[in-house]
Amino acid sequence: MHSIEVENLTKKFGHFTAVDHITFQVRKGEIFGFLGANGAGKTTAMKMMCGLLQPTSGKATIAGYSLKSEAKLIKRNIGYMSQRFSLYNDLTVYENMQLFGTVYGIPRKELNTRIFNSLEELQMTEKAKTLVNAIPLGWKQRLAFATAMLHRPQIVFLDEPTSGVDPIVRREFWNLIYRTASQGVTIFVTTHYMDEAEYCNRISIMSEGELKLVGTPQELKDKMQVDSIADVFVKFVNR
Amino acid sequence: MQAIEIKQLNKSYRAIKAIENISFSVAEGELFGLVGPDGAGKSTIFNILATLLKPDAGEVSVLGLDLIKDYLKIRRKIGYLPGIFSLYPDLTVEENLRFFAVMYKSSIKENMKLIRPLWDQLSAFKKRPAGKLSGGMKQKLALCCALIHKPELLFLDEPTTGVDPVSRKEFWDILNSIQTQNITVLVSTPYMDEASRCNRIALIQNGGIIKIETPQQIVLDFEGELFSMETSEIFHLLAIMEKCRLNCNYYPYGNHLHIAFYGNKAELLTEFIQFLDEQHIIYKNLEAINPSIEDCFIELINKKAHA
Repeated sequence: MHSIEVENLTKKFGHFTAVDHITFQVRKGEIFGFLGANGAGKTTAMKMMCGLLQPTSGKATIAGYSLKSEAKLIKRNIGYMSQRFSLYNDLTVYENMQLFGTVYGIPRKELNTRIFNSLEELQMTEKAKTLVNAIPLGWKQRLAFATAMLHRPQIVFLDEPTSGVDPIVRREFWNLIYRTASQGVTIFVTTHYMDEAEYCNRISIMSEGELKLVGTPQELKDKMQVDSIADVFVKFVNR
Repeated sequence: MQAIEIKQLNKSYRAIKAIENISFSVAEGELFGLVGPDGAGKSTIFNILATLLKPDAGEVSVLGLDLIKDYLKIRRKIGYLPGIFSLYPDLTVEENLRFFAVMYKSSIKENMKLIRPLWDQLSAFKKRPAGKLSGGMKQKLALCCALIHKPELLFLDEPTTGVDPVSRKEFWDILNSIQTQNITVLVSTPYMDEASRCNRIALIQNGGIIKIETPQQIVLDFEGELFSMETSEIFHLLAIMEKCRLNCNYYPYGNHLHIAFYGNKAELLTEFIQFLDEQHIIYKNLEAINPSIEDCFIELINKKAHA
């Protein structure tokens, strides 16, 4: 089953075509990497898929719901984590989770159980009452992820989730992504770290609004006859 | 004379120690990199050197001038590209550049030579408001504005964060060319792969410096024996590696596992291969490799964590 199906999705701003007829599918439980140079149209495409921006034309089914007629249901069934983490610094770890859980309408008792389990899994139980302001960046990152997962979304969109964290924390986070995907959650992720692209089941490369390449990391390396995704990217963008 | 000299620098924000006992110096004409994750204290160092923030303790001299007494003189001689976009979004590209030139009693014409390679790419957008440029173009304009008065010393706080790999390489080519114009450059980055473009780097984490060296020496100082192998089941392998009780350090690197052995290399390698076979792991290209700066950073952090 596909959890993301995008067909000829297009967005124009005046005369400028930011996203130009992109078509692709993502399987349930797949880790799908979304790469591209700055200004290639990644953010615009992602905003449309999250139901935050109306497409000019084309269609998409996200988590089984139509982008055109069921954008509200899409929002309820996806999670989103931005590189700035969107946590409230002056609330505690627990309060942040409670706030986001309540926004998604999770009943109080159920929410408490989920927060408890989630903190336990992240080994952050002792930090429940600490202000987010005072916890290290790596923890903020894991907390932001857990918060985006509280309402048990089918798909989670991660926009440069590892930007600026240290190399060990970056790797721990990918382990977390991998565990989440193996539980059947679809992961849609953007990154500028080319080694991370290799962790994805499949990756795509956008350029000038078009989706130019989609495939497994190995397929793309074979196709471009290079040894790493970094070289695929460089070769591709320089063409 | 050193372009920058810092001794035992400390700065706290209330209870949070941003930087603790930091000492380093940068020679004239050097391209020096502060390499480390967010929250390491990089921006605090820049703000102090740019005379925008008073240190709690420590000695600092910038271009031979005293940080407190001579702050006005320092400001005239430095260029600063902060980590957040700080140009006027509603002025055009050209107006921003002219504004900075005039503020420093210089003119665009006078120092055009210095910014020529950048300006050639920007001039197509001369009349566009700076706020409406793409991320990469904003950075190029900001660099032009920091250079237009021909500073002796240039501070660049994470100029390539969030920038794609191809544009990053371009930006570093420009930095290397700036260096040839007798401008000292202090630059910070969270990307380990950029470290090799610097003359020397300081690896920095949690407000302290872990190591200062040339990138070449940092690699030579790697203590373990590093091997790499390729597998399509990297996360499965990571999950079972706990059972591998060898004196080693391992972590994923894309679809490769990097493993650093500490001790008798030949013995450890044999035991590791035996382990892989017992666990029915399919792999290829198991070989000794030269560590990258990222491998070195990981080794240093691990060492510090276990110390």
